[in-house]
Amino acid sequence: MSTKVKKMRTRRHTVVLNRSRGGDAGITVVLFILGFVMVVPLFYAILQSFKPLDEYFVFPPRFFVSHPTIGNYKDLFYLMSTSWVPFSRYIFNTVFISVAGTFGHLVCASLAAYVMSKMEMPGKKVMFQMVQKSLMFNAGVMGTMTFVILRYLGWVDTYWAVIIPAFQQSLGLYLMKQFMDSNVTTEILESARLDGAKEFRIFWSIAMPMVKPAWLTLIIYCFKDLWNQGAQASIYSEQLKSLNTGLSQIAAGGIARTGVSAASTVVMMIVPIIVFVIMQSNVIETMGSSGMKD
Amino acid sequence: MAKETKVVSRKNMTKRAWTWHLMKQNKIGYLMVAPYMILFFLFTFTPVVLSLVIGFTDFNMLQFPNFVGMSNYVTMFLDDELFITALKWTLFFALVTGPASYLLSFIVAWFINDLDPRIRAIVTVVFYAPSLGGNAYLIWETLFSGDSYGWVNGWLIKLGVLSTPIQFFQNKSYILPLVIIVALWQSLGISFLAFIAGLQGIDRSQYEAAAIDGVKNRWQEAWYVTLPNMKSQLMFGAVMAITGAFGFGGIVTALCGNPPVDYVGYTLAHHITEYGTVRWEVGYSSALTFVMFLIMIGANLLVTKIISKVGQSA
Repeated sequence: MSTKVKKMRTRRHTVVLNRSRGGDAGITVVLFILGFVMVVPLFYAILQSFKPLDEYFVFPPRFFVSHPTIGNYKDLFYLMSTSWVPFSRYIFNTVFISVAGTFGHLVCASLAAYVMSKMEMPGKKVMFQMVQKSLMFNAGVMGTMTFVILRYLGWVDTYWAVIIPAFQQSLGLYLMKQFMDSNVTTEILESARLDGAKEFRIFWSIAMPMVKPAWLTLIIYCFKDLWNQGAQASIYSEQLKSLNTGLSQIAAGGIARTGVSAASTVVMMIVPIIVFVIMQSNVIETMGSSGMKD
Repeated sequence: MAKETKVVSRKNMTKRAWTWHLMKQNKIGYLMVAPYMILFFLFTFTPVVLSLVIGFTDFNMLQFPNFVGMSNYVTMFLDDELFITALKWTLFFALVTGPASYLLSFIVAWFINDLDPRIRAIVTVVFYAPSLGGNAYLIWETLFSGDSYGWVNGWLIKLGVLSTPIQFFQNKSYILPLVIIVALWQSLGISFLAFIAGLQGIDRSQYEAAAIDGVKNRWQEAWYVTLPNMKSQLMFGAVMAITGAFGFGGIVTALCGNPPVDYVGYTLAHHITEYGTVRWEVGYSSALTFVMFLIMIGANLLVTKIISKVGQSA
């Protein structure tokens, strides 16, 4: 695991083969243009959130902000505290759903991934194949059916309607299993088994510490999905709705809310980005084993 | 310990008895896999089966469903013009944004592969950020806002190109290009990261060997060394891209409303939601879902088959 990283790090010291100057220059230019297109809207979103109200309505429109203010963020928090469902409630909902859903997903997916990767038992191949095939369709289009099931279970309009389905996202299990396949050697587990260690203990104290990058990756994906979750058919009580829904209601408040809406867009997008920046190297390492062989 | 008993006892057992023995020996394994598999069964497997079954009924959530045979499917293809429109747009996005986002992900990942690791980390965040911030696309609404205070409109008027602002998201000739741009802007997602990691994982000695064997430039190198070596990542990336492209619809709703003007960009995802959770014609919505399921799985199997051929002739 760590040797792989080291190999990557030393790469820049070696001579690069087959690289023409012209090609390098061309690639750099293309990267700059593409990168510019990527960043400008995000940058603009941040600038927008620091503009005082009158700067939104100048002609011709200005890209940069001339008198930056944090008023929009202040207003956002003020509006939050005066909305009829207290805004702290929306924050609590999203944080609670994101944390509980991510935690459950991590536990369920790691346990299952360990079994599918490291235990010799009948049926494990079939189970993994099913999970892998389920990556091939979008859970979103199954929304109506999920709703039918949730209604039958009596979970409509409860937190469970969002939290429990998150536990079984197939991407997380897939990435975890692939990572275990290539990073946890069977010999270590075998020797622990010979010492008489119980399977669950081997899972918990040997396998889990070795796949830290994979669980950080699972955390960021599950967290990001739940954090960004908007309005759901299965949740209609205002007190249970997500931060995203609450913020878009504020933003929908017309021209006077332009600044607040810009601030809320930034709040929503910045959290997952920061989490990714912190965990990036782990995510990339996990993706190293994401390959699909059938 | 477990292994020894295995070897000794297998000889005098039928295949079935052996399986049973293994199952008993791994009881704890089934216990560990159970929480995930039960939920997977409930929320992934059952919805697919359910959509097939309910698709043959007129279920509406209130009354007990009646069996109606193929009538939902007949209606879909013969009587529902909007379905044909939705199917058309779904295939359009799948064929345009799907491959485009896939290529873009690969090309960017490939271009940044030779960079210094620290710079590469920063560039990765730059390209990946739009897909992380879930509702970040809302900013395009501001840039292309329909009044003269929208940045694009404002400058086009100022420069004398326009006299009145364009309602970009309400005008059917602008909806498509804009939606595609925004979709591509947000499309460097998980496959992009998989490609970066895949490229990093290729052993350097292979490139050196290829150079000795007469590979002249980076393009040949990509074809003969890089692509065949990251086939499994290419496969995974393709599945992610296809699944994403077929489920497309959220951006259209957010930017152009639902339904969009003249149903430009109205996809099956919209159509399913419309019948499922707006009109409560769950039977019909199920049939639509099942068709969508078949299309997605079919496209994926086809593409993964094609990709498994990459580098085989080389």
